[in-house]
Amino acid sequence: MLRGTFVRFLGFAFSLALLLLVSKGAAYIKDYYVSVIVTCGIYVILAVSLNLINGITGQFSIGHAGFYAVGAYVGASWSLLALPRIADTPLLKIGTPVGDTINVIIAIILGAGAAALAGFVVGIPSLRLRGDYLAIVTLGFGEVIRVIFLNMDAVGAARGLTGIPSIVSNHDMSIFWVYGVAILVIMLSKNLIGSVRGLSFLAVREDEIAADAMGVNTTRVKVTAFVLGSAFAGAAGSLYAHFATGISPDVFDMNTSIIITTMVVLGGTGSITGSVLAAIMLTALPEWLRFLQDYRMVIFSTTLIVMMLTRPQGIFGHREISFASFKRRKRAVIGGGEAP
Amino acid sequence: MSPSLLQVENVTKRFGGLAAVSGLNINIQEGELVGLIGPNGAGKTTAFNLLTGVYDPSEGNIVFDGNSINPLKPYQVTKLGMARTFQNIRLFKELTSLENVKIACNLRSKSGLFAAIFRTPSMIENDREIEQKSLDLLAALNLSHVASNRAGDLAYGLQRRLEIARALATQPKLLLLDEPAAGMNPQEKQELRELIQDIRTRFNVTIMLIEHDMKVVMGLCERIYVLDYGQIIAEGSPEDIRSNPKVIAAYLGQEEAE
Amino acid sequence: MQALVQQLIYGIQLGSLYALIALGYTMVYGVLKLINFAHGDVYMVGAYVGFYACTSWLPFKELATNPNAGGTNILLAIVALLLSMAICAVLGMTIERFAYRPLRNGLNEVDAIFWGFAIALPISSKFGPLFSVKGGLAFIVIGVILGFLMRPVMAYMRKRIKLSSSRLNALITAIGVSLALENSGLLVFGSDQKFIGNLIPESNWNFGGIQINSGQFIIFCVSIILMAALRFIVLYTRRGKAMRAISHDIEAAKLMGIDTDKVISFTFALGASLAGAGGMMVAAMTHVKVTPLFGLQPGLKAFVAAVLGGAGNIPGAVLGGIIMGVSEAYVAGSPYSTYKDAIAFCLLIIVLLVRPAGILGKNVAEKV
Repeated sequence: MLRGTFVRFLGFAFSLALLLLVSKGAAYIKDYYVSVIVTCGIYVILAVSLNLINGITGQFSIGHAGFYAVGAYVGASWSLLALPRIADTPLLKIGTPVGDTINVIIAIILGAGAAALAGFVVGIPSLRLRGDYLAIVTLGFGEVIRVIFLNMDAVGAARGLTGIPSIVSNHDMSIFWVYGVAILVIMLSKNLIGSVRGLSFLAVREDEIAADAMGVNTTRVKVTAFVLGSAFAGAAGSLYAHFATGISPDVFDMNTSIIITTMVVLGGTGSITGSVLAAIMLTALPEWLRFLQDYRMVIFSTTLIVMMLTRPQGIFGHREISFASFKRRKRAVIGGGEAP
Repeated sequence: MSPSLLQVENVTKRFGGLAAVSGLNINIQEGELVGLIGPNGAGKTTAFNLLTGVYDPSEGNIVFDGNSINPLKPYQVTKLGMARTFQNIRLFKELTSLENVKIACNLRSKSGLFAAIFRTPSMIENDREIEQKSLDLLAALNLSHVASNRAGDLAYGLQRRLEIARALATQPKLLLLDEPAAGMNPQEKQELRELIQDIRTRFNVTIMLIEHDMKVVMGLCERIYVLDYGQIIAEGSPEDIRSNPKVIAAYLGQEEAE
Repeated sequence: MQALVQQLIYGIQLGSLYALIALGYTMVYGVLKLINFAHGDVYMVGAYVGFYACTSWLPFKELATNPNAGGTNILLAIVALLLSMAICAVLGMTIERFAYRPLRNGLNEVDAIFWGFAIALPISSKFGPLFSVKGGLAFIVIGVILGFLMRPVMAYMRKRIKLSSSRLNALITAIGVSLALENSGLLVFGSDQKFIGNLIPESNWNFGGIQINSGQFIIFCVSIILMAALRFIVLYTRRGKAMRAISHDIEAAKLMGIDTDKVISFTFALGASLAGAGGMMVAAMTHVKVTPLFGLQPGLKAFVAAVLGGAGNIPGAVLGGIIMGVSEAYVAGSPYSTYKDAIAFCLLIIVLLVRPAGILGKNVAEKV
């Protein structure tokens, strides 16, 4: 038991080290590619986090950009507004490696925490609303959050915040930070759905009434899903703010929400692997299609429709691809070959 | 006399102006096997929904194992030790049989969300225990061979059995079965009767069941309640019920009874 | 007081427009339980048809040189309105036929070929304009290849995994259609703002200090007439009855011998023509500049109005539209005018928390 945890921890540490190496290697690629790679990573976090709400718990939320915005603004406010006032604290000194690292971690945690709080507030209506009604309310919450930032002078209103100091914006550290968090988010989500506790989330998706009758506290599960999903989105927002060093309300508009939702559906609702792949695909594909110039978005949207019509369950459906799934398949073949 | 496990006192449930169930009185002792019968639309499933907390009673009181369950939600009622199956099977169709049972098993575990997302050793231990318990339960109900099949893909009879397994996984004191024999052939019905008897002794549960098939009810139950138009019209042993003129009238219509 | 009444009138006029668009959303939701995200873009197309009709297709008289041309222009404006409605109706039916029907019935050969060519169109323009030899040839070749490849690929996929189409799925398809319309709009109409001058002599009437703009008033009246016509169709014609039957229970309607596909198509045509009329009127009467993203905000607000009133409920959509318009007018006239775009959603959230199925919607509890 302990050994399993240890191996897992070692694996995570190892992948972080590897990531650091890759990140340093990024010094040799063009800025443009680094920015595409980082954007992919941020959307991976966003898609996986929305999948927790939509795919795994079966709630119909399409306003994820709101939580992304909350994370970005709170994280940026910390670095830009709060930090200079307490910058004398030795551990938090801007410009020193230790200070910068701690600062970014605090910003990510603050962003995630604030977004989690917003997720809790949005999660409450999910108890009363279902399906399309919930969808439009979440979309509405996203818009309301954006309009509030748009009118808040403390965070620059329509101009937004600029000049956010950070090591994430450093060319050779951005990949490390973004993908470090992405790996963490994917791992935590996989842990969740791999556990018995996580099965109750799936139970709510499958049949709420039956889940309730089997002792699943559906209220708590739904709110938890919203809180967890939005916390991850908040982390992504904080990362984005520190990578781009500037944010404005229009980055977090409805289109962003819709793109994230599309990633989840295209990848297959409920499949984390699918979300990851779809996020990378949908971020990289429009970049790759740039040679088509004006026709790019037309092709993109028609392809999207055709994907939906030919493969409604998304690329992966509910399935996952991982080492464990290969093992499981083997076991199933050995153990249970005599189905009726 | 031992204290009664379930006590339903004068419970009424109205939908709009219509009383689906009125003045319901049910009393179940520990260890009994009780049947609830009645013509279509008599309010049997409504009664079950009242017992399990899906509906709140408009009037009256339900006491289960010393606790009033009026204000409780279904999951809290389940936690107190009452589990049910559904008339129209409600399995988690996309999940495997094993996962279906595991979800119900999780009710009695202490493992929290934090432990789950960080995969703490205690949670892994806990999950392993639940897996073992679930597998044992599936084995006890002869479902081991379909443990890794999707629940929605199972044959009808197996789905019914899996629902019972899932309900048992919550470790209930009282098991409510809503038409367990519906849609089964005589052979399967016979098996079901044996299964219910078997469950009762092996898991030491009190059972209450709604059933249309008289053979099943009369052969299994020690005591039967008859519901018609939302009211209990008779109560007693199968022999009493069989000869009760009110019951015959309810089932066959007034003219034949006269 | 006067200002309040003035805002109320603005609000009702704006609301009637929202109601007109909201009807399309609500009818489609009623029969298909689908949020037709592309509806706002149909409204945009209606505006463009209006623009082209007024500026190049129809011989409108310049009011500056012919001060008495108002009468002729009114007749032409009616023609332009009908034209917008007709073209949008066809567009609505096309969207339903090729994007939403395959969601219900599966993708057949015709759909596959259509989408093959739809993707081929922008790709082939890489090779040259559509009407050149090279471009045309590329279009046909790519279209045929894609169209005929799609069926076997899909048949293979279906063998692998059971086909199941969810609501989320339908929503993404609708979003895809919306994106496709917007971006095709950018290509076809260009991203510059289009503007129609005064077609019909405009005047401001003054009733004791309360201003009423003639253009706004015409929009209000035409909207009311169209809504009355719709009400007649839905309540008293065979098609309308079939529509209502489908919105109650599509399966039962099918068993009763109703050709559901035909009726759904008809529903889309009705809704789209109303949106087209709205778009044309806004473009021609209110000095609003038309862009390919013109339909986004009104579409969204109209959709919120439909949900507010109770999705699927026709009087609800009108009520929701009016409520939206009035509240927006009041907020726009208050010091909080920058929150104008958020008021719609705030209102919606509050209403849905109290009545989860909208103001006039029926909340159906799931049977256990």
